[in-house]
Amino acid sequence: MTVTERPHVHEPETPAKGKRIGSVEVLAVLLVLLVFFQKPIAAWINQYEQLRTWTTVFVSVMVQATPFLVFGVALSATIAVFVPRSFWAKALPKNPALAVPVASCAGVILPGCECGSVPIAGSLIRRGVTPAAALAFLLAAPAINPVVLAATAVAFQGQPEMVVARGAASLVVAMIMGWLWLRLGKTEWIKMPRRPELDGLSKGRAFWAACRHDIIHAGGFLVLGAMAASTINVIVPEKWLLTLASNELVAILALAFLAVLLSICSEADAFVAKSLSVFSPTAQLVFMVVGPMVDLKLISMQTGVFGRRFAFRFAPATFVIAVVIASITGLVLLS
Amino acid sequence: MNRLAQGVVLILLGGAVVKASVTDMYLRYVREWMQYFLIAAGAVLIIAGIMTIIYDLRHGSHVDDHDHGDDKPHKEPRVGWLLIAPVLGLLLVAPPALGAFAAGQSGSAVLQASDLYPPLPEGDPADISVLDYATRGIFDKGESMKDTKGSYRTVRMTGFLSAGPNGEQVVTRMMLSCCAADARPIKVGMTGRIPEGLGNDQWVELVGKYTTKTSVDPVNNQTITYIDIAEWRKIDPPRNQYE
Repeated sequence: MTVTERPHVHEPETPAKGKRIGSVEVLAVLLVLLVFFQKPIAAWINQYEQLRTWTTVFVSVMVQATPFLVFGVALSATIAVFVPRSFWAKALPKNPALAVPVASCAGVILPGCECGSVPIAGSLIRRGVTPAAALAFLLAAPAINPVVLAATAVAFQGQPEMVVARGAASLVVAMIMGWLWLRLGKTEWIKMPRRPELDGLSKGRAFWAACRHDIIHAGGFLVLGAMAASTINVIVPEKWLLTLASNELVAILALAFLAVLLSICSEADAFVAKSLSVFSPTAQLVFMVVGPMVDLKLISMQTGVFGRRFAFRFAPATFVIAVVIASITGLVLLS
Repeated sequence: MNRLAQGVVLILLGGAVVKASVTDMYLRYVREWMQYFLIAAGAVLIIAGIMTIIYDLRHGSHVDDHDHGDDKPHKEPRVGWLLIAPVLGLLLVAPPALGAFAAGQSGSAVLQASDLYPPLPEGDPADISVLDYATRGIFDKGESMKDTKGSYRTVRMTGFLSAGPNGEQVVTRMMLSCCAADARPIKVGMTGRIPEGLGNDQWVELVGKYTTKTSVDPVNNQTITYIDIAEWRKIDPPRNQYE
Protein backbone atom coordinates (compact mmCIF):
# COMPACT_ATOMS: atom_id res chain seq x y z
CA MET A 1 0.00 0.00 0.00
CA THR A 2 1.50 3.27 -1.05
CA VAL A 3 -1.01 5.57 0.54
CA THR A 4 0.97 8.11 2.49
CA GLU A 5 -0.06 9.19 5.91
CA ARG A 6 -0.20 12.80 6.80
CA PRO A 7 2.86 13.25 8.95
CA HIS A 8 1.93 16.27 10.97
CA VAL A 9 -1.19 15.21 12.81
CA HIS A 10 -0.08 12.37 14.93
CA GLU A 11 -0.42 11.93 18.47
CA PRO A 12 1.95 11.79 21.29
CA GLU A 13 1.97 15.26 22.62
CA THR A 14 2.16 15.94 26.33
CA PRO A 15 5.37 17.88 26.39
CA ALA A 16 6.91 18.07 29.82
CA LYS A 17 4.22 18.91 32.29
CA GLY A 18 3.95 22.46 33.52
CA LYS A 19 5.55 23.92 30.43
CA ARG A 20 2.28 24.93 28.84
CA ILE A 21 -1.39 24.75 29.46
CA GLY A 22 -2.79 21.41 28.30
CA SER A 23 -6.03 20.73 26.42
CA VAL A 24 -7.73 19.34 29.49
CA GLU A 25 -7.23 22.57 31.40
CA VAL A 26 -8.48 24.64 28.46
CA LEU A 27 -11.50 22.37 28.17
CA ALA A 28 -12.27 22.64 31.88
CA VAL A 29 -12.04 26.44 31.93
CA LEU A 30 -14.17 26.70 28.80
CA LEU A 31 -16.89 24.50 30.26
CA VAL A 32 -16.94 26.32 33.60
CA LEU A 33 -17.26 29.66 31.81
CA LEU A 34 -20.05 28.37 29.60
CA VAL A 35 -22.01 26.87 32.47
CA PHE A 36 -21.62 30.18 34.28
CA PHE A 37 -22.88 32.20 31.30
CA GLN A 38 -25.47 29.68 30.15
CA LYS A 39 -28.54 31.82 30.74
CA PRO A 40 -27.38 34.98 28.96
CA ILE A 41 -26.05 32.95 26.02
CA ALA A 42 -29.25 30.92 25.65
CA ALA A 43 -31.39 34.06 26.00
CA TRP A 44 -29.32 35.86 23.38
CA ILE A 45 -29.70 33.01 20.90
CA ASN A 46 -33.44 32.74 21.51
CA GLN A 47 -33.88 36.40 20.78
CA TYR A 48 -33.14 36.06 17.07
CA GLU A 49 -35.36 33.63 15.20
CA GLN A 50 -32.75 32.98 12.51
CA LEU A 51 -30.09 32.13 15.08
CA ARG A 52 -32.56 30.01 17.03
CA THR A 53 -33.60 28.09 13.93
CA TRP A 54 -29.94 27.67 12.95
CA THR A 55 -29.17 26.17 16.37
CA THR A 56 -32.15 23.81 16.14
CA VAL A 57 -31.18 22.60 12.67
CA PHE A 58 -27.52 22.21 13.63
CA VAL A 59 -28.25 20.26 16.82
CA SER A 60 -30.81 18.20 14.92
CA VAL A 61 -28.38 17.24 12.14
CA MET A 62 -25.78 16.27 14.75
CA VAL A 63 -28.23 14.22 16.86
CA GLN A 64 -29.46 12.47 13.72
CA ALA A 65 -25.97 11.77 12.40
CA THR A 66 -24.35 10.65 15.67
CA PRO A 67 -25.75 7.08 15.72
CA PHE A 68 -24.77 6.60 12.07
CA LEU A 69 -21.30 8.01 12.74
CA VAL A 70 -20.79 5.80 15.80
CA PHE A 71 -22.11 2.75 13.96
CA GLY A 72 -19.85 3.46 10.97
CA VAL A 73 -16.81 4.10 13.14
CA ALA A 74 -17.38 0.91 15.16
CA LEU A 75 -17.64 -1.07 11.92
CA SER A 76 -14.52 0.60 10.56
CA ALA A 77 -12.62 -0.16 13.78
CA THR A 78 -13.78 -3.78 13.51
CA ILE A 79 -12.43 -3.90 9.96
CA ALA A 80 -9.15 -2.41 11.15
CA VAL A 81 -8.69 -4.70 14.14
CA PHE A 82 -10.56 -7.96 13.71
CA VAL A 83 -10.71 -8.61 9.94
CA PRO A 84 -7.32 -9.87 8.69
CA ARG A 85 -5.78 -8.21 5.64
CA SER A 86 -5.90 -11.51 3.77
CA PHE A 87 -9.72 -11.49 3.92
CA TRP A 88 -10.00 -8.57 1.47
CA ALA A 89 -7.59 -10.19 -0.97
CA LYS A 90 -9.90 -13.22 -1.08
CA ALA A 91 -13.22 -11.35 -0.98
CA LEU A 92 -12.54 -8.96 -3.86
CA PRO A 93 -11.46 -9.89 -7.39
CA LYS A 94 -7.71 -9.46 -7.96
CA ASN A 95 -8.28 -7.30 -11.01
CA PRO A 96 -9.07 -3.78 -9.70
CA ALA A 97 -11.32 -3.09 -12.69
CA LEU A 98 -13.52 -6.00 -11.57
CA ALA A 99 -13.25 -5.11 -7.88
CA VAL A 100 -14.98 -1.78 -8.57
CA PRO A 101 -18.41 -3.19 -9.58
CA VAL A 102 -18.22 -5.82 -6.82
CA ALA A 103 -17.54 -3.13 -4.22
CA SER A 104 -20.32 -0.91 -5.62
CA CYS A 105 -22.85 -3.70 -5.28
CA ALA A 106 -21.56 -4.45 -1.77
CA GLY A 107 -22.82 -0.99 -0.86
CA VAL A 108 -26.32 -2.47 -0.88
CA ILE A 109 -25.71 -4.28 2.41
CA LEU A 110 -24.90 -1.18 4.48
CA PRO A 111 -28.17 0.42 5.55
CA GLY A 112 -26.62 3.64 6.81
CA CYS A 113 -26.25 7.29 6.05
CA GLU A 114 -23.26 8.80 4.32
CA CYS A 115 -21.66 9.84 7.63
CA GLY A 116 -20.86 6.22 8.42
CA SER A 117 -19.45 5.20 5.07
CA VAL A 118 -16.56 7.71 5.01
CA PRO A 119 -14.62 6.18 7.94
CA ILE A 120 -15.44 2.68 6.66
CA ALA A 121 -13.96 3.45 3.22
CA GLY A 122 -10.91 4.94 4.95
CA SER A 123 -10.48 1.78 6.96
CA LEU A 124 -10.78 -0.39 3.84
CA ILE A 125 -7.97 1.56 2.14
CA ARG A 126 -5.73 1.21 5.22
CA ARG A 127 -6.34 -2.53 5.12
CA GLY A 128 -5.07 -2.81 1.57
CA VAL A 129 -8.28 -2.67 -0.46
CA THR A 130 -7.59 -0.93 -3.76
CA PRO A 131 -8.69 2.73 -3.41
CA ALA A 132 -10.83 2.51 -6.58
CA ALA A 133 -12.98 -0.21 -5.02
CA ALA A 134 -13.16 1.49 -1.62
CA LEU A 135 -14.22 4.77 -3.27
CA ALA A 136 -16.89 3.03 -5.35
CA PHE A 137 -18.18 1.54 -2.11
CA LEU A 138 -18.08 4.97 -0.45
CA LEU A 139 -20.34 6.41 -3.16
CA ALA A 140 -22.66 3.45 -3.54
CA ALA A 141 -23.37 2.55 0.10
CA PRO A 142 -25.44 5.61 1.11
CA ALA A 143 -27.22 5.83 -2.25
CA ILE A 144 -28.52 2.37 -3.04
CA ASN A 145 -29.04 0.60 0.27
CA PRO A 146 -32.50 -0.94 0.90
CA VAL A 147 -33.57 1.64 3.49
CA VAL A 148 -32.93 4.51 1.09
CA LEU A 149 -34.69 2.82 -1.82
CA ALA A 150 -37.67 1.96 0.40
CA ALA A 151 -37.89 5.58 1.55
CA THR A 152 -37.80 6.67 -2.09
CA ALA A 153 -40.64 4.27 -2.92
CA VAL A 154 -42.74 5.70 -0.09
CA ALA A 155 -42.09 9.30 -1.08
CA PHE A 156 -42.76 8.67 -4.77
CA GLN A 157 -45.82 6.47 -4.40
CA GLY A 158 -47.11 5.28 -7.74
CA GLN A 159 -43.85 6.14 -9.47
CA PRO A 160 -41.77 2.96 -9.13
CA GLU A 161 -39.68 4.10 -12.11
CA MET A 162 -38.21 6.76 -9.80
CA VAL A 163 -36.82 4.06 -7.48
CA VAL A 164 -35.37 2.14 -10.42
CA ALA A 165 -33.89 5.32 -11.90
CA ARG A 166 -32.32 6.30 -8.58
CA GLY A 167 -30.77 2.88 -7.94
CA ALA A 168 -29.48 2.47 -11.49
CA ALA A 169 -28.07 6.00 -11.84
CA SER A 170 -26.33 5.86 -8.43
CA LEU A 171 -24.78 2.47 -9.14
CA VAL A 172 -23.49 3.63 -12.53
CA VAL A 173 -21.99 6.82 -11.06
CA ALA A 174 -20.21 4.83 -8.31
CA MET A 175 -18.70 2.42 -10.86
CA ILE A 176 -17.65 5.18 -13.27
CA MET A 177 -15.92 7.03 -10.43
CA GLY A 178 -14.13 3.82 -9.41
CA TRP A 179 -12.87 3.19 -12.95
CA LEU A 180 -12.01 6.86 -13.40
CA TRP A 181 -9.86 6.62 -10.29
CA LEU A 182 -8.06 3.59 -11.78
CA ARG A 183 -7.20 5.58 -14.92
CA LEU A 184 -6.56 9.05 -13.54
CA GLY A 185 -6.29 8.80 -9.76
CA LYS A 186 -2.98 9.18 -7.99
CA THR A 187 -2.50 7.48 -4.66
CA GLU A 188 -0.39 10.35 -3.37
CA TRP A 189 -3.54 12.50 -3.37
CA ILE A 190 -4.83 10.40 -0.51
CA LYS A 191 -3.21 11.46 2.72
CA MET A 192 -4.78 9.86 5.69
CA PRO A 193 -4.31 11.30 9.14
CA ARG A 194 -1.91 9.23 11.13
CA ARG A 195 -3.69 6.75 13.27
CA PRO A 196 -1.97 5.32 16.34
CA GLU A 197 -0.14 2.16 15.35
CA LEU A 198 -2.54 -0.63 16.16
CA ASP A 199 -0.46 -3.69 15.37
CA GLY A 200 1.40 -4.07 18.65
CA LEU A 201 -1.63 -3.58 20.83
CA SER A 202 -4.12 -5.94 22.40
CA LYS A 203 -7.26 -6.26 20.27
CA GLY A 204 -9.47 -4.42 22.76
CA ARG A 205 -7.11 -1.54 23.17
CA ALA A 206 -6.57 -1.26 19.41
CA PHE A 207 -10.35 -1.25 18.84
CA TRP A 208 -11.00 1.60 21.25
CA ALA A 209 -7.99 3.57 19.99
CA ALA A 210 -9.32 3.33 16.43
CA CYS A 211 -12.84 4.32 17.59
CA ARG A 212 -11.62 7.34 19.49
CA HIS A 213 -9.41 8.50 16.66
CA ASP A 214 -12.10 8.20 13.99
CA ILE A 215 -14.88 9.77 16.03
CA ILE A 216 -12.73 12.78 16.90
CA HIS A 217 -11.58 13.20 13.30
CA ALA A 218 -14.61 12.35 11.21
CA GLY A 219 -16.90 13.79 13.91
CA GLY A 220 -15.06 17.11 13.98
CA PHE A 221 -15.42 17.47 10.23
CA LEU A 222 -19.05 16.38 10.49
CA VAL A 223 -19.62 19.35 12.82
CA LEU A 224 -18.10 21.68 10.21
CA GLY A 225 -20.34 20.27 7.49
CA ALA A 226 -23.44 20.40 9.70
CA MET A 227 -22.75 24.06 10.49
CA ALA A 228 -22.46 24.91 6.79
CA ALA A 229 -25.63 22.99 5.93
CA SER A 230 -27.64 24.65 8.73
CA THR A 231 -26.52 28.06 7.49
CA ILE A 232 -27.80 27.31 3.99
CA ASN A 233 -31.00 25.90 5.44
CA VAL A 234 -31.71 29.10 7.34
CA ILE A 235 -30.61 31.79 4.88
CA VAL A 236 -31.93 30.42 1.57
CA PRO A 237 -35.71 30.64 1.31
CA GLU A 238 -37.28 28.18 -1.12
CA LYS A 239 -39.12 30.95 -2.93
CA TRP A 240 -35.90 31.81 -4.74
CA LEU A 241 -35.88 28.36 -6.27
CA LEU A 242 -39.30 28.67 -7.84
CA THR A 243 -38.02 31.11 -10.44
CA LEU A 244 -35.47 28.55 -11.58
CA ALA A 245 -37.86 25.68 -12.24
CA SER A 246 -39.15 26.69 -15.66
CA ASN A 247 -35.95 26.12 -17.66
CA GLU A 248 -35.05 22.42 -17.53
CA LEU A 249 -31.27 22.86 -17.66
CA VAL A 250 -31.31 25.59 -15.01
CA ALA A 251 -33.67 23.47 -12.90
CA ILE A 252 -31.33 20.47 -12.99
CA LEU A 253 -28.31 22.55 -12.00
CA ALA A 254 -30.28 24.36 -9.29
CA LEU A 255 -31.39 21.14 -7.59
CA ALA A 256 -27.90 19.61 -8.00
CA PHE A 257 -26.34 22.53 -6.13
CA LEU A 258 -29.16 22.53 -3.60
CA ALA A 259 -28.43 18.86 -2.85
CA VAL A 260 -24.78 19.73 -2.21
CA LEU A 261 -25.63 22.67 0.04
CA LEU A 262 -28.46 21.16 2.08
CA SER A 263 -26.57 17.95 2.99
CA ILE A 264 -29.71 16.06 3.90
CA CYS A 265 -29.36 12.47 5.07
CA SER A 266 -29.82 10.06 2.14
CA GLU A 267 -32.65 8.33 3.96
CA ALA A 268 -34.72 11.51 4.03
CA ASP A 269 -33.82 13.29 0.81
CA ALA A 270 -36.56 11.59 -1.24
CA PHE A 271 -39.24 13.35 0.83
CA VAL A 272 -37.57 16.70 0.29
CA ALA A 273 -37.16 15.97 -3.43
CA LYS A 274 -40.87 15.16 -3.64
CA SER A 275 -41.83 18.44 -1.98
CA LEU A 276 -39.80 20.34 -4.58
CA SER A 277 -42.85 19.65 -6.67
CA VAL A 278 -42.53 22.50 -9.16
CA PHE A 279 -39.41 20.83 -10.56
CA SER A 280 -39.39 18.13 -13.24
CA PRO A 281 -38.91 14.45 -12.26
CA THR A 282 -35.46 14.51 -13.87
CA ALA A 283 -34.38 17.45 -11.71
CA GLN A 284 -35.74 15.63 -8.64
CA LEU A 285 -33.76 12.54 -9.64
CA VAL A 286 -30.57 14.61 -9.99
CA PHE A 287 -31.19 15.95 -6.47
CA MET A 288 -31.40 12.39 -5.09
CA VAL A 289 -28.37 11.05 -6.99
CA VAL A 290 -26.05 13.97 -6.18
CA GLY A 291 -27.03 14.38 -2.50
CA PRO A 292 -25.74 11.09 -1.05
CA MET A 293 -22.48 11.37 -3.05
CA VAL A 294 -21.47 15.03 -2.83
CA ASP A 295 -22.58 17.42 -0.11
CA LEU A 296 -20.98 19.87 2.31
CA LYS A 297 -21.02 17.36 5.17
CA LEU A 298 -19.35 14.69 3.00
CA ILE A 299 -16.77 17.02 1.43
CA SER A 300 -15.80 18.13 4.93
CA MET A 301 -15.52 14.55 6.21
CA GLN A 302 -13.61 13.40 3.11
CA THR A 303 -11.15 16.26 3.66
CA GLY A 304 -10.64 15.01 7.19
CA VAL A 305 -10.29 11.33 6.37
CA PHE A 306 -8.55 11.37 2.96
CA GLY A 307 -6.92 14.81 2.89
CA ARG A 308 -7.59 18.06 1.09
CA ARG A 309 -5.85 17.22 -2.18
CA PHE A 310 -8.08 14.22 -2.57
CA ALA A 311 -11.38 15.81 -1.59
CA PHE A 312 -10.93 18.88 -3.81
CA ARG A 313 -10.51 16.66 -6.88
CA PHE A 314 -12.85 13.81 -6.03
CA ALA A 315 -15.92 15.84 -5.01
CA PRO A 316 -16.15 18.06 -8.14
CA ALA A 317 -15.53 15.07 -10.43
CA THR A 318 -18.25 13.08 -8.67
CA PHE A 319 -20.59 16.06 -8.93
CA VAL A 320 -20.18 16.37 -12.71
CA ILE A 321 -20.52 12.63 -13.35
CA ALA A 322 -23.56 12.37 -11.07
CA VAL A 323 -25.36 15.29 -12.75
CA VAL A 324 -24.67 13.93 -16.25
CA ILE A 325 -25.62 10.32 -15.49
CA ALA A 326 -28.74 11.24 -13.53
CA SER A 327 -29.91 13.58 -16.32
CA ILE A 328 -29.44 10.88 -18.96
CA THR A 329 -31.23 8.32 -16.76
CA GLY A 330 -34.05 10.80 -16.25
CA LEU A 331 -34.38 11.38 -20.00
CA VAL A 332 -34.54 7.65 -20.67
CA LEU A 333 -36.69 6.44 -17.77
CA LEU A 334 -38.77 9.39 -16.60
CA SER A 335 -40.00 11.21 -19.68
CA MET B 1 -6.22 18.22 21.83
CA ASN B 2 -4.48 15.47 23.76
CA ARG B 3 -5.99 12.08 24.37
CA LEU B 4 -7.19 12.82 27.86
CA ALA B 5 -9.17 15.80 26.53
CA GLN B 6 -10.46 13.67 23.65
CA GLY B 7 -11.72 11.16 26.20
CA VAL B 8 -13.51 13.92 28.11
CA VAL B 9 -15.11 15.24 24.89
CA LEU B 10 -16.33 11.74 23.97
CA ILE B 11 -17.92 11.31 27.40
CA LEU B 12 -19.53 14.75 27.20
CA LEU B 13 -20.94 14.08 23.73
CA GLY B 14 -22.21 10.64 24.72
CA GLY B 15 -23.67 12.03 27.95
CA ALA B 16 -25.44 14.85 26.09
CA VAL B 17 -26.94 12.42 23.58
CA VAL B 18 -28.08 10.03 26.32
CA LYS B 19 -29.54 12.88 28.37
CA ALA B 20 -31.50 14.18 25.39
CA SER B 21 -32.84 10.75 24.51
CA VAL B 22 -33.98 9.58 27.96
CA THR B 23 -35.95 12.81 28.35
CA ASP B 24 -38.36 13.98 25.66
CA MET B 25 -35.84 16.51 24.42
CA TYR B 26 -34.73 14.40 21.44
CA LEU B 27 -38.24 14.76 20.00
CA ARG B 28 -37.41 18.36 19.13
CA TYR B 29 -34.72 17.17 16.73
CA VAL B 30 -35.42 13.69 15.40
CA ARG B 31 -38.15 11.07 15.01
CA GLU B 32 -39.38 9.04 17.95
CA TRP B 33 -38.05 5.70 16.64
CA MET B 34 -34.47 6.98 16.95
CA GLN B 35 -34.62 6.85 20.78
CA TYR B 36 -32.98 3.47 21.48
CA PHE B 37 -30.57 3.97 18.64
CA LEU B 38 -29.48 7.25 20.24
CA ILE B 39 -29.11 5.74 23.71
CA ALA B 40 -26.95 2.93 22.27
CA ALA B 41 -24.76 5.39 20.35
CA GLY B 42 -24.41 7.60 23.43
CA ALA B 43 -23.42 4.57 25.52
CA VAL B 44 -20.72 3.59 23.00
CA LEU B 45 -19.37 7.16 23.06
CA ILE B 46 -19.21 7.15 26.86
CA ILE B 47 -17.46 3.77 26.93
CA ALA B 48 -15.00 4.92 24.24
CA GLY B 49 -14.25 7.99 26.35
CA ILE B 50 -13.76 5.99 29.54
CA MET B 51 -11.51 3.45 27.79
CA THR B 52 -9.46 6.30 26.29
CA ILE B 53 -8.91 7.83 29.71
CA ILE B 54 -8.12 4.48 31.36
CA TYR B 55 -5.56 3.53 28.71
CA ASP B 56 -4.07 7.00 28.74
CA LEU B 57 -3.60 7.02 32.50
CA ARG B 58 -2.39 3.43 32.67
CA HIS B 59 0.02 3.42 29.76
CA GLY B 60 1.06 7.03 29.49
CA SER B 61 0.78 9.00 26.32
CA HIS B 62 3.53 7.69 24.10
CA VAL B 63 3.65 3.94 24.46
CA ASP B 64 1.45 3.03 21.55
CA ASP B 65 2.33 5.85 19.21
CA HIS B 66 5.05 6.36 16.71
CA ASP B 67 7.63 8.83 17.78
CA HIS B 68 9.74 10.01 14.94
CA GLY B 69 12.37 11.26 17.27
CA ASP B 70 12.27 14.67 15.68
CA ASP B 71 11.48 16.33 18.97
CA LYS B 72 9.01 18.67 17.32
CA PRO B 73 5.87 19.43 19.24
CA HIS B 74 3.23 17.39 17.46
CA LYS B 75 0.16 19.05 16.12
CA GLU B 76 -3.01 17.84 17.71
CA PRO B 77 -6.19 17.07 15.78
CA ARG B 78 -7.62 20.53 16.36
CA VAL B 79 -10.82 19.72 14.54
CA GLY B 80 -11.81 17.60 17.54
CA TRP B 81 -12.54 20.78 19.47
CA LEU B 82 -15.55 21.33 17.24
CA LEU B 83 -17.26 18.33 18.85
CA ILE B 84 -17.86 20.57 21.85
CA ALA B 85 -20.36 22.54 19.73
CA PRO B 86 -23.11 19.88 19.67
CA VAL B 87 -22.50 19.23 23.39
CA LEU B 88 -23.08 22.91 24.15
CA GLY B 89 -26.06 22.97 21.80
CA LEU B 90 -27.69 20.08 23.63
CA LEU B 91 -26.74 20.80 27.23
CA LEU B 92 -26.63 24.58 27.41
CA VAL B 93 -28.81 26.03 24.67
CA ALA B 94 -31.28 23.15 24.09
CA PRO B 95 -32.94 24.96 21.16
CA PRO B 96 -36.72 24.61 20.74
CA ALA B 97 -38.43 22.61 18.01
CA LEU B 98 -38.78 24.33 14.65
CA GLY B 99 -41.52 26.93 14.48
CA ALA B 100 -43.00 29.68 12.38
CA PHE B 101 -39.73 30.94 10.93
CA ALA B 102 -38.81 27.56 9.48
CA ALA B 103 -42.40 27.03 8.28
CA GLY B 104 -42.15 30.23 6.24
CA GLN B 105 -38.84 29.21 4.71
CA SER B 106 -39.97 26.03 2.98
CA GLY B 107 -42.94 25.09 0.87
CA SER B 108 -45.83 22.99 2.14
CA ALA B 109 -45.23 19.27 2.31
CA VAL B 110 -46.55 17.33 -0.66
CA LEU B 111 -49.10 14.97 0.82
CA GLN B 112 -49.87 11.43 -0.29
CA ALA B 113 -53.29 10.51 -1.56
CA SER B 114 -54.69 7.29 -0.15
CA ASP B 115 -57.36 4.96 -1.55
CA LEU B 116 -59.45 4.86 1.57
CA TYR B 117 -60.22 7.46 4.20
CA PRO B 118 -61.58 5.74 7.29
CA PRO B 119 -64.35 7.51 9.20
CA LEU B 120 -63.22 10.12 11.73
CA PRO B 121 -62.80 8.88 15.30
CA GLU B 122 -65.78 8.90 17.64
CA GLY B 123 -66.50 11.98 19.68
CA ASP B 124 -67.77 15.46 19.15
CA PRO B 125 -65.56 17.19 18.28
CA ALA B 126 -63.46 14.45 16.64
CA ASP B 127 -59.69 14.79 17.15
CA ILE B 128 -57.71 14.97 13.93
CA SER B 129 -54.10 15.75 13.08
CA VAL B 130 -53.26 18.67 10.82
CA LEU B 131 -51.70 16.17 8.39
CA ASP B 132 -54.84 14.00 8.27
CA TYR B 133 -57.08 17.05 7.91
CA ALA B 134 -55.06 18.51 5.04
CA THR B 135 -54.88 15.14 3.27
CA ARG B 136 -58.65 14.59 3.50
CA GLY B 137 -59.24 18.17 2.45
CA ILE B 138 -57.03 18.07 -0.63
CA PHE B 139 -57.65 14.57 -1.99
CA ASP B 140 -61.08 13.71 -0.63
CA LYS B 141 -62.64 17.21 -0.72
CA GLY B 142 -63.73 16.63 2.86
CA GLU B 143 -66.16 13.80 1.94
CA SER B 144 -64.86 11.47 4.65
CA MET B 145 -65.37 14.19 7.25
CA LYS B 146 -69.17 14.18 6.76
CA ASP B 147 -71.62 12.50 9.11
CA THR B 148 -74.37 10.13 8.00
CA LYS B 149 -76.68 13.04 7.15
CA GLY B 150 -74.08 14.54 4.84
CA SER B 151 -73.07 17.60 6.83
CA TYR B 152 -69.46 18.21 7.94
CA ARG B 153 -68.57 16.96 11.41
CA THR B 154 -66.93 19.16 14.01
CA VAL B 155 -63.21 18.44 14.35
CA ARG B 156 -60.49 19.51 16.78
CA MET B 157 -56.79 20.00 15.90
CA THR B 158 -53.68 21.54 17.40
CA GLY B 159 -50.86 23.41 15.76
CA PHE B 160 -48.88 26.63 15.97
CA LEU B 161 -49.58 29.88 14.17
CA SER B 162 -47.36 30.99 11.33
CA ALA B 163 -47.52 33.45 8.46
CA GLY B 164 -49.44 32.12 5.48
CA PRO B 165 -50.15 33.47 1.99
CA ASN B 166 -51.34 37.11 1.78
CA GLY B 167 -50.02 37.80 5.27
CA GLU B 168 -52.89 36.08 7.09
CA GLN B 169 -52.01 33.53 9.77
CA VAL B 170 -52.33 29.79 9.19
CA VAL B 171 -52.24 26.91 11.65
CA THR B 172 -49.15 24.76 11.03
CA ARG B 173 -47.47 21.52 12.03
CA MET B 174 -43.98 20.51 10.90
CA MET B 175 -43.48 17.01 9.48
CA LEU B 176 -40.13 15.22 9.87
CA SER B 177 -38.78 12.32 7.84
CA CYS B 178 -35.41 12.05 9.56
CA CYS B 179 -34.35 15.23 11.34
CA ALA B 180 -35.20 18.92 11.47
CA ALA B 181 -33.07 19.60 8.38
CA ASP B 182 -35.72 17.92 6.23
CA ALA B 183 -38.76 19.29 8.07
CA ARG B 184 -41.70 20.35 5.88
CA PRO B 185 -44.65 22.42 7.08
CA ILE B 186 -48.29 21.39 6.67
CA LYS B 187 -50.42 24.52 6.65
CA VAL B 188 -54.19 24.87 7.13
CA GLY B 189 -55.85 28.23 6.53
CA MET B 190 -58.39 29.66 8.95
CA THR B 191 -61.79 31.31 8.43
CA GLY B 192 -64.70 31.98 10.81
CA ARG B 193 -63.72 32.88 14.37
CA ILE B 194 -60.01 33.33 13.66
CA PRO B 195 -57.71 33.52 16.72
CA GLU B 196 -56.90 37.16 17.26
CA GLY B 197 -54.05 38.99 18.88
CA LEU B 198 -51.72 36.01 18.97
CA GLY B 199 -48.15 36.07 17.69
CA ASN B 200 -46.59 33.48 15.41
CA ASP B 201 -45.31 30.35 17.18
CA GLN B 202 -48.23 30.41 19.65
CA TRP B 203 -49.79 26.93 19.96
CA VAL B 204 -53.56 26.81 19.63
CA GLU B 205 -56.35 24.24 19.73
CA LEU B 206 -58.99 24.83 17.07
CA VAL B 207 -62.51 23.45 16.92
CA GLY B 208 -64.37 23.84 13.64
CA LYS B 209 -65.66 22.33 10.44
CA TYR B 210 -64.33 21.68 6.97
CA THR B 211 -64.88 24.36 4.38
CA THR B 212 -64.32 24.07 0.64
CA LYS B 213 -62.24 27.24 0.54
CA THR B 214 -58.63 26.70 -0.59
CA SER B 215 -55.62 28.80 -1.45
CA VAL B 216 -52.12 28.22 -2.75
CA ASP B 217 -48.84 28.21 -0.83
CA PRO B 218 -46.79 30.83 -2.69
CA VAL B 219 -43.55 29.02 -1.84
CA ASN B 220 -44.22 25.90 -3.94
CA ASN B 221 -47.77 26.22 -5.33
CA GLN B 222 -49.22 23.50 -3.09
CA THR B 223 -52.90 23.66 -2.18
CA ILE B 224 -53.77 24.88 1.30
CA THR B 225 -57.07 23.72 2.81
CA TYR B 226 -59.12 25.79 5.27
CA ILE B 227 -61.02 25.21 8.48
CA ASP B 228 -64.08 27.18 9.53
CA ILE B 229 -63.38 27.86 13.21
CA ALA B 230 -66.08 27.90 15.90
CA GLU B 231 -63.85 28.00 18.98
CA TRP B 232 -60.16 28.33 19.75
CA ARG B 233 -57.93 28.45 22.80
CA LYS B 234 -54.25 28.91 23.57
CA ILE B 235 -52.41 25.77 24.66
CA ASP B 236 -48.89 24.73 25.65
CA PRO B 237 -46.81 22.94 22.98
CA PRO B 238 -47.51 19.19 22.91
CA ARG B 239 -44.89 16.58 23.86
CA ASN B 240 -44.04 15.81 20.26
CA GLN B 241 -44.36 18.98 18.22
CA TYR B 242 -43.84 17.25 14.87
CA GLU B 243 -46.18 15.02 12.93
